[in-house]
Amino acid sequence: MEPFALYFATILTLAGIYAALTLGLNLQWGLTGLMNFGPLAFVAVGAYTSAILTVGGSAQHLGGFGWPWWLAWPLAALAGALLALPIGAISLRLRADYLAIATIGIAEILRLIVRNEDWLTGGPLGIPGIPRPFEGLGLPWGQFAYLALVAAVVAGLYAMAQATARSPFGRTLRAIRDDEEAAKAAGKNPAAFRLQAFVLGAACMGLAGAMLAHFFKFMGPDALDPVTATFLVWVMLIAGGSGNNLGAILGAVAVWALWAATDWLAGQLPGELATRAAYVRLFLIGLALQLILLYRPQGLIGERPPRPA
Amino acid sequence: MSGAATAPAALAAEGLTKRFGGFTALDGVSLAVPEGSITGLIGPNGAGKSTFFATVAGFLRPDGGRVWLRGQEVTGAPPWRLHRAGLARTFQIPRLFGRLTVAENLAVAAPDQPGERLPRPWFARRRIREEERALRARVMAVLERLNLARHADAPATALSGGQKKLVELGRALMSGASLILLDEPAAGVNRTLLREIAATIARLNREDGITFLVIEHDLDLVAELCHPVHCMAEGRVIASGSMAEVRADPTVAEAYLGMALEPDAS
Ligand SMILES: Nc1ncnc2c1ncn2[C@@H]1O[C@H](COP(=O)(O)OP(=O)(O)OP(=O)(O)O)[C@@H](O)[C@H]1O
Ligand SMILES: [Mg+2]
Repeated sequence: MEPFALYFATILTLAGIYAALTLGLNLQWGLTGLMNFGPLAFVAVGAYTSAILTVGGSAQHLGGFGWPWWLAWPLAALAGALLALPIGAISLRLRADYLAIATIGIAEILRLIVRNEDWLTGGPLGIPGIPRPFEGLGLPWGQFAYLALVAAVVAGLYAMAQATARSPFGRTLRAIRDDEEAAKAAGKNPAAFRLQAFVLGAACMGLAGAMLAHFFKFMGPDALDPVTATFLVWVMLIAGGSGNNLGAILGAVAVWALWAATDWLAGQLPGELATRAAYVRLFLIGLALQLILLYRPQGLIGERPPRPA
Repeated sequence: MSGAATAPAALAAEGLTKRFGGFTALDGVSLAVPEGSITGLIGPNGAGKSTFFATVAGFLRPDGGRVWLRGQEVTGAPPWRLHRAGLARTFQIPRLFGRLTVAENLAVAAPDQPGERLPRPWFARRRIREEERALRARVMAVLERLNLARHADAPATALSGGQKKLVELGRALMSGASLILLDEPAAGVNRTLLREIAATIARLNREDGITFLVIEHDLDLVAELCHPVHCMAEGRVIASGSMAEVRADPTVAEAYLGMALEPDAS
């Protein structure tokens, strides 16, 4: 019973971390129409920021501050926001799709930095020994408590995202998404609003990165894979329903459960087949995305017609 | 503009030029919209009327010339700055926010919304709810006037072409602007509603003191509503004055090339 409960808690914790990511992407894409193809970059910055600030000293990487997680996590969110600021300030003044190119570029650059700047990130060896909050409670309660912490963070982000989406600020973001020229005629400065949405979404992603690092208790370049840190986040948001915060969370949980289940299934296969199954799984997820886009483009729950004010 | 003792024009352009590649869409346009007037802008298709709107309202960068708003030079200013300075415009082909409701389409255009500034949406939610209630009342009043009240909560995409034109007009009215540029407000709208729109424009002008610059192909409507009238052709202003004077101008008749210009044309 206990291994099953622990496995279940692991899945839910990761689903919650993904929900923080999809909520961030929903602020950017769902609400504002910004194509961020580099969530990985903001996850990485958040993860390493929190890791470096909390671990003990080591010659292998920067560290030794030993700050508590509750101080490091907000700074991880801030780091995500600070990375987004110059990228957005430069590319959002140009055509909207330049952001897509810029974010792909910055994600690749960050992967290179993480792998090569050993003094900072430990290079390929990464940063071990990241403390997980509530670890002292032992198993299984420590892990359950961490799950509860992640759930509380996601609930907070959800409340923030809902308040944002339902406010006049969110209405203006949706207007800019729907027709930029008309938004200008309505007196809005599209670049200024887009920048705020982009930075806000990036802060969510930075926080997600911190939660990931402290859950793994280790951060290294292999933990940052474009498939899981970027592609999967998009699949989750589109499947759940972009424009809808609840849909974003639902998509994260459903797709992650599916991803984990197929991972388990593939693990049951004999040696060589198991590695091939990983590719088959990726192919299947891509196929599922195509089918969703074809037959249910609004996702599980689409953007509801907002209630009258 | 030129330092006359009279009140400055609501809007004035001098030598305004706009080129698209090698094509000159505005070729030194100079015209004034007197404060408090309903000024007409007519001219055949492709004359550059809409381009003139886009250029003075900050949507296109002029290649030459200058623009003044109430005596203040605003050449090249971005649309949101001009909006704040009291200038609103509509689009000839309606551009609505497709995934917003009709009411939301109008609400967006209200200026100075405190709830648009972070972090107020998170911490001042009750205040925002009150502000939104007041805004909703203003939106409904405008929709009422445009016969759109029962579509308030429908998605904007559900409206007919003529109704979309009305939403364009409604958005301009929500701006609180004192100078509104209307690009063919009555195109595709039925006769009855057209009369109502004309009456609405006249009343807003009379009662609220809003100055209008109206592009319109229905010359009878222009004759009834607008004074003065400017006629453009091929990127230039070719005649200005009262509608009767403009009609009588032979260059205008030539520009329209046989289009019915007689006062009794229906
Ligand atoms: N973005 C653009 N790029 C290239 N040419 C353009 C552009 N916008 C307008 N034009 C050209 O400029 C000329 C003037 O267009 P404009 O839309 O201003 O005419 P208009 O007077 O409003 O005509 P209509 O009465 O048909 O609306 C046209 O020949 C048009 O093809
Ligand atoms: Mg036109």
